[in-house]
Amino acid sequence: MKFIVSAITSVLLSYAFGLFLPWWSIMIVGLLVGYFIPQKRIFSFLSVFLGVALFWGLFALFVSTSNEHILAKRVAMLVIKKDSPLLLVMFTGLIGGISSGISAVTGRSLALLFKP
Amino acid sequence: MKYFIFSLSLLINAAMFYVLGTREILPLPLGEFLSVQEGVWQNAESTDFDFTSDLNLKGINGKVDVYMDERLVPHIFAEDENDAYFVQGYLHAKFRLWQMEFQTFAAAGRVSEIVGDKAVQFDRNQRRIGMVFAAENALAAMEKDDSTKAALDAYTNGVNAYISSLNKSNLPVEYKLLGYIPEKWSNLKSALFTKQMTYTLAGFDKDLEYTNALKVLGEDNFKLLYPELADSLYPVIAKGTVYPKPLADLMPPSTADSLYFNRRDSVQITSDFKPNPSNGSNNWAANGTKTKSGKPILSNDPHLSLSLPSIWFEVQLHTKAFNSYGVSFPGLPGVVIGFNDSIAFGFTNAGRDVKDYYEIKFKDESKSSYWFDSAWKNADQRIEKIKVKGQKDVLDTVAYTVFGPVTYDKSFKNELTNEKAYALRWVAHDTSNILKMWLLLNRAKNYDDYHHAISYFNVPGQNMIFASHSGDIALWQQATFPLRWKGQGLFVMPGEDSSYMWKGYIPMEENPHSVNPLSGYVSSANQRPADSTYPYFVPGTYEVYRAITINKKLEGMFNITPDDMKALQNNNYNVFAELARPILSKYVKRDQLSADEIAYLQQVENWNLMNDPLETGVTCFVHWWDSLYNNIYFDDLHQTPNTLVKPEKFVLLEALTRDSAYKFIDDINTTEVENLYTQVTNALKKATVQLNQLKKEDKLEWAKFKNTTVYHLLKNNAMPFARTGIMNGGGNGIINATQHDHGPSWRMVIEMTQPIHAFAVYPGGQSGNPGSKYYDNFIDTWAKGEYYTLFYMHKEDVSSELIKWKMSFNPVL
Repeated sequence: MKFIVSAITSVLLSYAFGLFLPWWSIMIVGLLVGYFIPQKRIFSFLSVFLGVALFWGLFALFVSTSNEHILAKRVAMLVIKKDSPLLLVMFTGLIGGISSGISAVTGRSLALLFKP
Repeated sequence: MKYFIFSLSLLINAAMFYVLGTREILPLPLGEFLSVQEGVWQNAESTDFDFTSDLNLKGINGKVDVYMDERLVPHIFAEDENDAYFVQGYLHAKFRLWQMEFQTFAAAGRVSEIVGDKAVQFDRNQRRIGMVFAAENALAAMEKDDSTKAALDAYTNGVNAYISSLNKSNLPVEYKLLGYIPEKWSNLKSALFTKQMTYTLAGFDKDLEYTNALKVLGEDNFKLLYPELADSLYPVIAKGTVYPKPLADLMPPSTADSLYFNRRDSVQITSDFKPNPSNGSNNWAANGTKTKSGKPILSNDPHLSLSLPSIWFEVQLHTKAFNSYGVSFPGLPGVVIGFNDSIAFGFTNAGRDVKDYYEIKFKDESKSSYWFDSAWKNADQRIEKIKVKGQKDVLDTVAYTVFGPVTYDKSFKNELTNEKAYALRWVAHDTSNILKMWLLLNRAKNYDDYHHAISYFNVPGQNMIFASHSGDIALWQQATFPLRWKGQGLFVMPGEDSSYMWKGYIPMEENPHSVNPLSGYVSSANQRPADSTYPYFVPGTYEVYRAITINKKLEGMFNITPDDMKALQNNNYNVFAELARPILSKYVKRDQLSADEIAYLQQVENWNLMNDPLETGVTCFVHWWDSLYNNIYFDDLHQTPNTLVKPEKFVLLEALTRDSAYKFIDDINTTEVENLYTQVTNALKKATVQLNQLKKEDKLEWAKFKNTTVYHLLKNNAMPFARTGIMNGGGNGIINATQHDHGPSWRMVIEMTQPIHAFAVYPGGQSGNPGSKYYDNFIDTWAKGEYYTLFYMHKEDVSSELIKWKMSFNPVL
C-alpha cells in the first residue's frame, strides 16, 4: 500500500512541481516522498523510480506519438546514436526514474538518521 | 552504518544532480534536456497542431489577421504597413528565431559566445573585415529615413513581442542543445543580417592570391591562366549593345607601372574564410511576344548553400498600400523575391569584385599612425572584445584607415614571415539604405517605380529582373560599383598615397541594363555583365556555362507557358561537357587502355550529356576532366608553398580548344615532355582508379555520387537535423545548379496575367523546428522538380477553403 501511495504521490508532485520549477524538481519530490513515507529503502527507491519513470516515459511517449516521432527520431540519433524513438522514450524514463529514485533513498536515509 | 548509507546516497545524489544538469561531463545536461516539462520533448509539435490563436499585443495600431494555408504560409492582412512588418517580425521569430539570431551572431563575429574558442579565428576575421562597422553605417542610413526606420522599428518590436512570450520550455531546440537563451532583437541585428548577405554575395576576392600568382608566374602566364574574358561568353547584356563613352576619368596613376603592375611582391596570407564561389542564381523574363498568354513570365532561382532551416521564409503582406507575396529573409521586413498585383521582381548575383586591399605602413607597433600622402596620419583604433564561452574574453585591436579596417597585420595571419599590414576597401562599408529598395519594390506598380527603387541599392551587386502586368520586362545590373582604371585592384595596391584610391562609382545610368529588348527576353546567370566593349573595368568571379544554355533555350522558345519555364529551371543539360567531351575523345590513346578504362570511356561517349540522377556517364566525365585539369595545372600552381588560385574551368577548356600544344600541358616536374595525348590518356587511367572505387560502393550514378544534402546550420554537429541522400540531378554549370550541398534555394515562376499565376518551391519548410512536420516538408517536391501553386490572397478570399488556420493580432493600447 505504501509502495503505491509513494509511487502515485511522486507522479502527482513531479507534475505539479514541474509546472514552475526546473527539471531537478523531481529530485526534490524524491527527497520528500522518501523522507515522509516510511518503507524499506529499496521500496522507496523502487516506488519513486517507477512513478517518475512512468510519468516521464508515458508523457514522452504521448507527446512523441502525437508528433508521429518526427522529433524523437532525430533526437535519438543525436543523443543515443540509435534510430529509435522508443529507446529515447525509455531512456527519458530511466533518467527521470533514477535521479528521483536515488533522491528517495537519500530522503529515506535522512529520515532514518533521526529515528532512535 | 546509517550515517554511511546516508552519506553515500547523498553523494550519489549530488553527483547525479551535477552530471545531469551540466555540459562539463556529458555533452548534454540529460536531466534538463530530456525533462518532459522543460526539455526537448516540449518541441515535439503535434502533427495536427492547431495554429489558430488570438493574441493581444502592444506595438500594433490596428487589428491584423493572419490566414495560414496548409503549407504554413502566413497571409498577413493589415491596414497599416508597419503593423504588417510587426506581425512579419513576430512570425519570423515564432518559426525561425534561432536561425535569425545565429546568423546575426555570425555576422557580428560572436559565434565564440555560443560554441567556445574554436570559433575565435572566425570571429576575429568577421570583426577585422569590418562587419559590425559596416552594419553600423548601414543602420545610420536606414534610421535617417523615416519610413525605413518605422518599418524596422515595427519589425523589431514584433520579433521582441514573440521573444517576450518565451520561457524555458518553449525555446527552440537549438538553444536547448547549445545551452543559451535568446537576447532581444534590435534594428542593428537586421542591419547585420544585410551585411551577412553582402558578405555571402560580394565578399569574394582573389587579390592576395593574384598578387602571389603574378610574382610566381610572371605577367604573361598570369594573363593566360586568369584571363578577363571567356571566348564563349554570353554576357548579361547582349553582345553588340553600344555603350556611351564614359564620362569618368579612367587613367591609372603615373606611378602605376613601377609601383603596381611591375612590383613583384608576395603575400604570405591565405584567407581561411571565403564565401562559396558558387553562390549565384538564374533569372529570366520573357515578354508577351514570346509567351502564350501574351503577358510576361518571370523566373528566378537563387543558388545558395542549402540549409535547414532554410534561408527563406514564404510570406504574403497585404496592406492598404500594396499586396506583395514571395520569400522574405528571417531578419528583415518585406518580401525579397516575389511579386505584387502589378509587377514581379527577382535577383541574381552580379559577382563583381568590390573589395580591394592596400598595403599600409604603420609608424610603429601601436598601429596608431600610418604613412599617407607624405605625412603620418592617425588611424582610428577599434578594440574588439570577443566573448568566449567558458573562457576569458579575447581582445583584438583593429586599426581603421582612410581605406577601411586593416584586416591583416602582425597580429592576424602571419604564420609565415610576412608582417605586412593590409587595409580593406569594401563597398559594404559605405553608408546606404538597401532595405529601402525592398520596401519600395513591394509597392512598385511599374517600370519607373522599379527603377527608382533599385537606385537605393549599393551592395551586393545584383542583376535585378523585372516584369509587369502592363507588359514591360527589364534587367539592371545594379549597385554602386567602384570606378577603376584597367587592372586596378587585381593585386594589392600601395596604400601610401591617395592616387590609388577608387575615383568614385560608375554612374547608375551607365550600369549594364536592358529594357524591353527586341529579343523578347532578358536573362542573367552570374556571367560577366557585358562584353569587352563595355567601357569600364569589371573584375569579378563569373560563371560561363549556365548562361549559354539559358540563352540558347530562350532564343528558341515561343508560346511559352509557366510549365515551360519550370522545365527550363530544372534543365540538366551539361553544355560544358558538350564542348569538352570532343577533346577527351580525340586525344585519348585507345590502344593503351585496359578493359575498365575502355568501359568508362564508352560511358562518357554514350552519355546523353544530361546530368540526370541515374546517369553514370556524367560521373565518369567529371572524374576524367578533373584528373586532366590536375595533370595540367597542379605542377604549375604548386611552385611555392602558397598554393595559387585555380584557373576557372573555362580557361582550360578554351585553351585546349584553341591549341593542343597549350604551354601548361607539360609537367614541369618530370624530365620527359608530356603532350595532350599522354595527359588525356593518363587522366583517364587516374580517373579509372577512383571510378572503380565508386563502382564498388555503388556510387557511379550521378545522384548517388553527388548525394544532395541539405545540412542544418550547425553542419556536422547536427546531422540528424539534416536531409541527406536526396536523389536529384543537376550540378555546377547546369541550369538546375544543384550540387552536393548548394543549389536552387527557391524556384519561382510568375506569369503576370490577371489573375497572376504563381508557382514556387524551396528545399525546406516554413517551420525551423526539427520537431515539426513543417520543418522539411517541401524538400521532396523540390527534389522532383515540382512546384506549389501559390495562393495569392485578396480580400475576397478570406473564407477560402485553402485557409487552414487564422491568427488574430489585437492591439493593446
